[in-house]
Amino acid sequence: MKIVILGNGISGITAARYIRKRSDHEIVVVSDESDEFFSRTALMYVYMGHMRERDIRPYEPWFWDKNRIRRQRARIARIDVAAKILYGTGGQEIGYDKLILATGSLPNRFGWPGQELDGVHSLYHLQDLEAMERHSAGLQRAVIVGGGLIGVEMAEMFHSRKIPVTFLVRESSFWNMVLPSEESAMVNRHLLEHHIDLRLSTELEAVLDDGQGKCRAAVTTSGETIDCGFVGLTVGVSPNIGFLRDAPLETNRGILVNTYLETNLPDIYAIGDCAELRDPQPGRRAIEAVWYTGRMMGEALAYTLTGDRTAYDPGIWFNSAKFFDIEYQVYGTITPDLPETQASLYWEHPDGRKSIRLNYERSAGRILGFNLMGIRYRQEVCEKWLHAGTSVETVLQQLGLANFDPEFSTQYECALIEQYNRQTGKSLRLRQKRSLPAVLQFLGNEK
Amino acid sequence: MKNKSLSFTPHPPAMTSGLQKLALTVSGIGIVMVLVAGMARKALATVPVLWTALGLITIGVVLFIRSEYSRQPAGIRNNGVWFRSLSARGIWAWLVAVVLTGFYTALYFGPEKWFAGLTELFSPLSQMLRGRAADKWFVYGGLYTFSVLVMGLKFGFKYRHNRYQVLRTVSVSFFQLGFAFLVPAFMQLMNQPEFYFSYFWPLKDWYGTPSAVQYFSKFGIGPFLLLFGALMTFVATPVLTYFFGKRWYCSWVCGCGGLAETAGDPFRHLSDKSLKAWRLERWMIHSVLVAVVLMTALLWLNSWQKGGILGDFSRSFAQWYGYLIGMAFSGVVGVGFYPLMGSRVWCRFGCPQAAILGLLQKKRSKFRITVNGSQCISCGNCSTYCEMGIDVRHYAQRGQDVVRASCVGCGICAAVCPRGVLRLEGAGLDAGQRAEYLRNTKEPA
Ligand SMILES: Cc1cc2nc3c(=O)[nH]c(=O)nc-3n(C[C@H](O)[C@H](O)[C@H](O)COP(=O)(O)OP(=O)(O)OC[C@H]3O[C@@H](n4cnc5c(N)ncnc54)[C@H](O)[C@@H]3O)c2cc1C
Ligand code: SF4
Repeated sequence: MKIVILGNGISGITAARYIRKRSDHEIVVVSDESDEFFSRTALMYVYMGHMRERDIRPYEPWFWDKNRIRRQRARIARIDVAAKILYGTGGQEIGYDKLILATGSLPNRFGWPGQELDGVHSLYHLQDLEAMERHSAGLQRAVIVGGGLIGVEMAEMFHSRKIPVTFLVRESSFWNMVLPSEESAMVNRHLLEHHIDLRLSTELEAVLDDGQGKCRAAVTTSGETIDCGFVGLTVGVSPNIGFLRDAPLETNRGILVNTYLETNLPDIYAIGDCAELRDPQPGRRAIEAVWYTGRMMGEALAYTLTGDRTAYDPGIWFNSAKFFDIEYQVYGTITPDLPETQASLYWEHPDGRKSIRLNYERSAGRILGFNLMGIRYRQEVCEKWLHAGTSVETVLQQLGLANFDPEFSTQYECALIEQYNRQTGKSLRLRQKRSLPAVLQFLGNEK
Repeated sequence: MKNKSLSFTPHPPAMTSGLQKLALTVSGIGIVMVLVAGMARKALATVPVLWTALGLITIGVVLFIRSEYSRQPAGIRNNGVWFRSLSARGIWAWLVAVVLTGFYTALYFGPEKWFAGLTELFSPLSQMLRGRAADKWFVYGGLYTFSVLVMGLKFGFKYRHNRYQVLRTVSVSFFQLGFAFLVPAFMQLMNQPEFYFSYFWPLKDWYGTPSAVQYFSKFGIGPFLLLFGALMTFVATPVLTYFFGKRWYCSWVCGCGGLAETAGDPFRHLSDKSLKAWRLERWMIHSVLVAVVLMTALLWLNSWQKGGILGDFSRSFAQWYGYLIGMAFSGVVGVGFYPLMGSRVWCRFGCPQAAILGLLQKKRSKFRITVNGSQCISCGNCSTYCEMGIDVRHYAQRGQDVVRASCVGCGICAAVCPRGVLRLEGAGLDAGQRAEYLRNTKEPA
């Protein structure tokens, strides 16, 4: 059987690896972007000089031949689903028995005047990185539009080259549609500490032309004109499905799939950023454009294609990011506006760069989510508590199990418990300090 | 040697600011002063010159620390590591490599008189500490210790937000200054043998030979020293490694490790991460271990036989081991190639102590690097900044514990990971068992 995977990102490559592990099917991975799989999440570090481009490729070149994963460079323009053939813009024809669509996303652009000018770029593909590089020499200022994770990465990138950054954020506080207000305020402060010119509640109006098709300045909704040689558009992404217009594939924002990642057409599947679930699990979005879900989808689909029909189960939500120097981890459900039925326990370090938040059900005390800034918690432990709906008081007393900070770092579990005691008038004490043996016992995999 | 894969940056951006260039120049002047004074003999070899030179080097480093680290919030600061000539195998790296290699070659294989100037420069200090004039080894020890301390300051500042890194740096600095410099000097002052408490057989291969036993036995304190050495090799090493892994020695105590972690830190990313390099590494390091064991055994056999069967063979074997491994490999290549192959070439490919510690770590130790669930984004920072060339990401992205013989537990992978995925720790379970358990449950490809 010949399995063709369109897209060599994390979803497509994970599918390929697991299919190979479990079968002898012929595997072809097609991409228009790069010959080798690379970590999109690490693009920033190449620009910042932490790594070379080859360092962000997770596998050595021999890996593909050894595992008989064929790679083909082509931009697919059309699919003939009846004949089962992909047509490339260079005249390539690639036949398949099964087709996995893993085409990822494209950055959003909202039709701003001047958005097509040279010097207006997003950050998604390798080619975007090249564009940033091209414009960086002698750049006096960059304006970044969109207060999300990629925006803050772009700000850090320019900052690392000592290029001044103005950061336009539509919201009244950074990423406050995801982060609760305290954490959001912490990031605002940290951005200012790094001398980022942060403009909250400000949007882009237009980009001005220098007369030669190059960006000269950005105009904001508050009417200000900011001189800049680069405008970074980081206002979210959308599934990359434009080239599928003519195929009889059911799509909405993304390619619609059931929990088995099957599309409406036989032998065609979709995974990763480009897939939209028809029935997402309660509390989850139909499109979750993150690394982890793409990887889990790739794995689940590989089982299905190798004789083990497996539903995609994203498990408990988790994510992580880094805002300049502040690491962020989330496990479970954390909403910026706390529903009436929930309570939140929040502790912040006096230095204003670390915090722990536990959200739980007000009545029964069931733990619902962990939100961490500048502090690392163990995913498996948090997951187990969240799965079991453990009560917040048990969690607090056992909290050392979750601690994943480096050795010798201060442990803040007691501080969090004190906060809880102050808030509730209880007198809980920490029963379990940080310890790997205890963790293994708790997780029950000490065998 | 321009790196092809820097395709995004055909002209690497200038990352070194004016102030930093000044800082580097000040340090550079200090280094040149030491070298020139060393060569010029009498005229320049005066106490004020030495202290001025060392002072200038220190001032340069402090200026650099201020501009690169301490004037912004603490965090991972590897900006431009692959753009700067010195840390990206550019022209400066080659220059430094040539100078270092030359220095080491002269030190090990050249006559004492080449160092006459430098020894004069260091003699007042030597008189004070040891009650005798300096020789080239005292000069070397002094410069070595100075490098560890000054560059340790830089490293400590770079990672000031990470207590593990700070403590580890204090520890290597302490052991270098105390046990590899002051104590041996003091022992000489007391007319005792010059003994290094922080080195044991087989790294200090001579300590395990009949001639060392003979030599130390001449001193009253000798039996104690020999007993100490034997206890370190045969008792402390397995016990400490069981609890803490190889790091108790390699990145907390050892002087070679100390230099690698401080002066070598700017070059840690240059280690080769390929599978090929790993294969070569296992082959080489174990060969050296076999060689040192064989050599020691032959020397004992010979002394027991009074030269009866082996004649001169064991001595010339030992001599060759000394030239090739002790000098050419651990010295000339080990440090001289820092700017080209990273800071742990010797520790990774050659050190017999590391080989033993590694075997223990792999088979009989609680130590491992654990991975935080599925949080890895395969970015590659951990692998890139592993000075031992371990492809940490290979394990992290599969959710597997890292249990590798070569890991010296420096903890930098865990520090640079932008997603908080890695942690050094120990559990009561056999490390290999847990790794295997995880491997079997995660089904990697
Ligand atoms: C800068 C940046 C930082 C990020 N950081 C994080 C993070 O920290 N954590 C996290 O969870 N997520 C992060 N993400 C999101 C994450 O990278 C994506 O969710 C993930 O890469 C999507 O993987 P994928 O395999 O679905 O698609 P992609 O990685 O987008 O791969 C799709 C590939 O298919 C190719 N392709 C598409 N159409 C065609 C065609 N017609 N013909 C040929 N080839 C085609 C594309 O060029 C692309 O190479 C980040 C994203 C960016 C851009
Ligand atoms: S640094 Fe962290 S996220 Fe990046 S590859 Fe290593 S473990 Fe994964």
